[in-house]
Amino acid sequence: MESKPSIPEEIPTFTATLIIRRFDPEVDDEPRWQDFDVEMHGTDRVLDALHKIKWEQDGSLTFRRSCAHGVCGSDAMRINGRNRLACKTLIKDLDISKPIYIEAIKGLPLEKDLVVDMEPFFDSFKSVNPFLMAGGLPQGGKERKQSPVERARFDDTTKCILCAACTSSCPVFWTDGQYFGPAAIVNAHRFIFDSRDENAQVRLDILNDKEGVWRCRTTFNCTDACPRGIQVTQAIAEVKQAILRGKP
Amino acid sequence: MSDKSAGTLAGDTPASSTIAMPKRPAGTLYRGNEGMWSWVMHRITGVAIYFFLLVHILDTALVRVSPEAYNAVINQYKTPLMGLGEIALVAAIGLHALNGLRIILIDFWSVGTKHQKLMFYIVLGLWAVLMIGFVPRQLMHIFGGGE
Repeated sequence: MESKPSIPEEIPTFTATLIIRRFDPEVDDEPRWQDFDVEMHGTDRVLDALHKIKWEQDGSLTFRRSCAHGVCGSDAMRINGRNRLACKTLIKDLDISKPIYIEAIKGLPLEKDLVVDMEPFFDSFKSVNPFLMAGGLPQGGKERKQSPVERARFDDTTKCILCAACTSSCPVFWTDGQYFGPAAIVNAHRFIFDSRDENAQVRLDILNDKEGVWRCRTTFNCTDACPRGIQVTQAIAEVKQAILRGKP
Repeated sequence: MSDKSAGTLAGDTPASSTIAMPKRPAGTLYRGNEGMWSWVMHRITGVAIYFFLLVHILDTALVRVSPEAYNAVINQYKTPLMGLGEIALVAAIGLHALNGLRIILIDFWSVGTKHQKLMFYIVLGLWAVLMIGFVPRQLMHIFGGGE
């Protein structure tokens, strides 16, 4: 038996080039592109590369992230032209022979580097009443019961983390900031089709508007962008149908 | 190895000389899939057809002004250039009509959103068949010289 301590094999690394769209409102008139080379492992994500740049190369690089595990929805950004969460995108899954382009999400006011003003996004989210509206006491006075089938009806739209990847991938939203956007409709869908909710009609009336569901042009960018795999365009289509029927 | 993992720090030669950077500070083009490009195509053909209809209503209305003026305009349509324009017109209307049916199915067919990509390729296929049937005949009209 050899007593030599086993030396772990060196984990192979590769150099990835990131080209990031920078914008400092105090210095720049226009956003500018800046490139960084980082040494990465096969298990690293785009967020790790951004951390490495911020911690070791340029501390002024600004981006949002909180949980770093695809739950908080802070780090949606445009990676190689598509909206993705930086914390769920492995660098090895991108084409590393070419530089990786990283920009802020589109259609919301750019504040700095990869940070945008999310207020317009949350305003339209709030305006669809994204909470349970049930008057009176529940049957039996204790809990509002729901069958598994009734729960499954809106299961897909409960998964939303409000990262804005869908809304900021929508060509209609880029040109028309008044449009509610996919995320607000998804969250309306979550309560419209909830059997315990009593105010579906209120939400349907809000969305039955020129800037409501009828702005949707079924480009499916939202469905492709959603990091939770929500069938967003399907949800919007179901709300359209509910408005035409006059009930959920 | 890992000493170098900090990458090129400021002061080292920047690697930018070998990389083609985007010229303008504008963002990159959003890389949508079939759905987005079918929408772009639908919008372009829609606007083009609108302007054709505008001109078409004007030229048809000329007959009420004077039949001679109407004939003069319609004779212009028989030139080869306008013949090629008619191919573009049929192509635009064919795409717009077939994709319009696809959009109706997405909105009203319960599994329409699931099959939207397949339906897009069916639209392109039907459109290709339509054009294969029309274009050779039209080219014979334009360049054949016969009646």
